[in-house]
Formats: sequence, C-alpha cells, structure tokens
Amino acid sequence: MLAARPMSVDTATVRHIAKLARIAVTDSEVEALVPELNNILGWIEQLQEVDVSGVEPMTAVIPNHLRLRDDIVTDGDKRDAVLSNAPVAEHGFFAVPKVIE
Amino acid sequence: VTDFTDLGVAAIRDGVREGTFSAREVADIFISAVEKARGLNAFVIETPDHAIAAAEEADRERASGKLRPLSGVPLGIKDLFATQGHQTTAGSRMLEGFTPPYESTVSGKLLAAGAGMLGKLNMDEFAMGSSNETSAFGNVISPWRRSDGGNAPLTPGGSSGGSAAAVAARIAPGVTGTDTGGSIRQPAAFTGITGIKPTYGRCSRFGMVAFASSLDQAGSMAKDVRDCAILLETMSGFDPKDSTSLDLPVPQWEANLSSDIRGRRIGIPKEYRIDGIPEDIGKVWDQGIEWMKDAGAEVVEVSLPHTKYALPTYYIIAPAEASSNLARYDGVKYGLRAYPDQGGLAEMYEATRAAGFGAEVKRRIMIGTYVLSAGFYDAYFNQAQKVRALIARDFERVWHDCDLLLTPTAPSAAFALGEKSNDPIAMYLNDVFAVPASLAGLPAMSVPAGLNELGLPLGLQIIGKALDEQGVLNAGLAFEERAGFTARPEAWW
Repeated sequence: MLAARPMSVDTATVRHIAKLARIAVTDSEVEALVPELNNILGWIEQLQEVDVSGVEPMTAVIPNHLRLRDDIVTDGDKRDAVLSNAPVAEHGFFAVPKVIE
Repeated sequence: VTDFTDLGVAAIRDGVREGTFSAREVADIFISAVEKARGLNAFVIETPDHAIAAAEEADRERASGKLRPLSGVPLGIKDLFATQGHQTTAGSRMLEGFTPPYESTVSGKLLAAGAGMLGKLNMDEFAMGSSNETSAFGNVISPWRRSDGGNAPLTPGGSSGGSAAAVAARIAPGVTGTDTGGSIRQPAAFTGITGIKPTYGRCSRFGMVAFASSLDQAGSMAKDVRDCAILLETMSGFDPKDSTSLDLPVPQWEANLSSDIRGRRIGIPKEYRIDGIPEDIGKVWDQGIEWMKDAGAEVVEVSLPHTKYALPTYYIIAPAEASSNLARYDGVKYGLRAYPDQGGLAEMYEATRAAGFGAEVKRRIMIGTYVLSAGFYDAYFNQAQKVRALIARDFERVWHDCDLLLTPTAPSAAFALGEKSNDPIAMYLNDVFAVPASLAGLPAMSVPAGLNELGLPLGLQIIGKALDEQGVLNAGLAFEERAGFTARPEAWW
C-alpha cells in the first residue's frame, strides 16, 4: 500500500483533486497550490515512520455505542423552513440548473 | 459597582439575584461596550435586542421569584453555533446571510437558562485557523498590544478569536467557543483568559457548523475558572440529536469546585519540552510547576512518546473529515450560489465552492480529498487513524502515573497579524501542545499564567482524564489562586 505513494503532486494531480472536491481553480491557483500541498504532504509524511503493526485504526475517542431509536416519524411538516435559505426554490422544491439536455 | 464590565458570569448572576443591580442595567452597559469596541471586529453581528429582551425577562423573573440559572447574564455566541433567526456564517462568505430556522443545542441550553445574546462572534472560516485571519469578515484585532511601544495589531488567536477578544476586552462576561485542535485554548492563552474544552461528547454538536466531527467540541471561555464551570455545566448534557453525545448526567462542576488538590499527581510530559520555543514559555511552565507543588500536588515527570506525531496526524484526520463535511456546500440547499457563464450543475457546484470558500478552507478540503482518494487512503488516512490510537494509548498509560498533566498551551505569545499567514505549517505549529488532547478526546483547559517580556499573556494547559472535568477545573482553580493574574489590556479601542 505504501508503494502507491508518490513523491509529490504535480499540476495534473492538483487539477484532479480540485475536480474531485468540486472546486473550480484557475491556472495561477494551481501553480500556487502545487508547492503548498507538497509542503504539507511532505510534512505529514513523517507518520510513515511510526510502527503501527497490530494497531487498530481509531474510530471513537470515547467508548460509546451507536444508539438506535424506534423507527417512527419524529419530525416533519417543515417544508418552508427547509427551503427558507435556498438560493433558488420553486414550487416547493430546491431548484438547480438543468441537468438533462 | 464602579464598572459592570469588570463583572464576570457568577458576579452578574448573583448580583441580579440579590437585587444589587438590574439585568437591564447590565445588558445596557455591555451593549454599549460592544458598540464602542467595533474596532476589534470581534462580532460579525450584534444582537442588542436579544440581550435586552432576555434582561427584561430576567428582571420580571426576579420580581416573581423565578430566576433561572443564567438569568441576567449577557453572553457572546461564536458564529459557529446556529442561532434561530440570527445570521450564522461560521466566518465564511459561503454562509453570508444564512439564517437558521433552528437553534443549536448548546446555544439553546444557554438561552433556555436565561442568558441573553450580545451577538455572534467572529472566527476563522469554518474554524480552520489559529489567528482569526481566515475569517471572511475580517481579522479580529487582539485588545492586547506589545509593551515595546510598537502598535502592531496582534492576533487574538483562533479559531475562537472573536470569543477570546470579547472576554479580554471585557465586552462580554462569558462566551462560547469551539475546539477542534486547540481553538478554545490557544486564543484563551493569547488573550489572558480562561477556556475549557470538555471531554468529547459532553456538549452536543447539533447545530454546530461541522468541521471535523470526531474532534469538534464546544466549550466555554471567560475571565476565570468558576465562570467557565458555570457556563460549561449549562452547555453540557445528553442530546439524542447528536449520535456521539454522551448519555451521562452532567456533574455539578461549580458546586464541587475546590482548590484543594493536595495529593493529586501532576504529570509533566518531557516530550512537550521541544526545541525552538521561546525561553519565556519554559519559564512560565516552571513557575506553574512550583505553584502546583505549593498547592500540595505531587509533580512527576512522565512520557507521552507519540507526541511529535500528533500534529501531522491531526492534519490528515481533520482535513479528511472537513472535505467530507464541507461537501454539503453545493449552492443548492442554503448559502451562496454562483452562476458560471456556461455549463450545468457540476459547473455550478465548482463555481459556488470556488467563490464561497477562502484559500485556507480550499487548501484543507484539497488535502482531505487527496488523503481519502483511491490509492492513498491506507497510506495516509488509515495510518493516521492508527497513530491516533497510539496517541490515545499514551494518555491511557500515563494515567497510571499521574491524575492530570500540566503543559504550555501554545508555543509562543500572540504574534502580529500577517506574521505567519503565508506559511501554513508555521501556523499549524501553534497547536502543537493543544492537538494531542483533542485527538484523545480529553478535557483540557488553558489558564492565564503571566506576561512575557513584551507584556503579553501566556497560558498553561491542564489536561485531565476522560470525564474528569472536575479535576481539571479544580487544578485550574488552585493554579488561578496562585497565579493571581490581574493584568488586562489598556483600552485603546
């Protein structure tokens, strides 16, 4: 698994990450992000030296169990409140740009 | 009373109860103090009408003998908490104008206890920052200035920078903060106030704008330990709306406050003596150790061997969780929507997120996206989760040798605005002492310890076992009694 780690990210990688993160980036932003991300990734790289054999990844800091509740409706009838902060709402729905041509 | 703004939470609560002054008088004084201090930029919005209405209600309650625990106390609320009918931005352009139709559990508990709200406090964007310089609504200026005659504007710390500045400038007697990796403790240390982050799960995260959900925890910030205990007691408690909320009774932290810590074992972790930190930090730490001994505690050197890995672990886990949490800002449900010249839904998402997020938030989302992406998940994220387990194990082991830990809160005093904003890693290092307790979910508090050579406050941190907020508060009280910290910034604003 560790072998999959590249030495550094390049402009193509940064564009790919930005695409995955759904953030539009300009050429100059990409240029600036390459060294910034490489510096941070280089710095967090030191974790690779820690021996974690036999260690389970931590998923909860304080022992706690996931509660289940009865499968009943506890909330609702709040359409207008839900839509009250929508940038565009029409006919009681969130409205988005056309998806299907 | 000479100046109401010198009063803390307990003094206001008790004074209103005893009829020494009216809640309305108190509210008016703080509202005008907030207006006068606009140069600090501590508040994103002011809500004087709310504070006045709560004060008038408190005065009516007193007349009818039905006062609530915080009746008459005006508070500042960090802008990370959703407040019904009042704009909640989390310091981001993305949420400018967002008016929640619901109340966060923590702010709701404070208001239900009778507190009034003076306004919403400025903060680093989505709590991502250690200097308050990433806020979309401008820097918060610390009320403190260096004593060398230079008037360089200083950071109040972050991300709860507005919260810290408001208490230090005495324009709010107490405030809420949130702490993901030091965001209560570091600003408290930078501004000479007290701030506590409880055990993860004590305070509900419902209605707190999410940053890194396995780390985010609300807490209180005030002038002293007692006020922090009072506020935290009200803020805490089980909430079915938060799946990680602890279903445990809230102890009576205020009633059980005691500075008698004779026989408590205070651990001094040797790994926190790191190279390159200013001499005055080491000095104030040594002084704090002497105060703990004077209080009858037994001081022992201990070891937390994975300390140096805490910060890089944090900067994998927190951005990973942030990249997931912040996916919700899509220009559809609430917040900003940008309209690109061409394209459809995907282009709208990308344009919205490009316009709505600031540089540091984008940087962390991209780091998080990268460490979670196919091929790198095991090498980065899984590895970090394993190291996190080792860091938590270090603490579990150290509790065999001691009951509490005493460390510096931050590796320096407040720095000037702009001094570190171009170097992300230098900025991240601010939280080197704060992050380990966050990763382990432990209660931790910063208490003011003294001033450095330039007249700026320095804080020390007390870390306790999970659920032992009382132990932390009591040691904090013993510390406070010995430190006798009375320094305050001279009003220039």
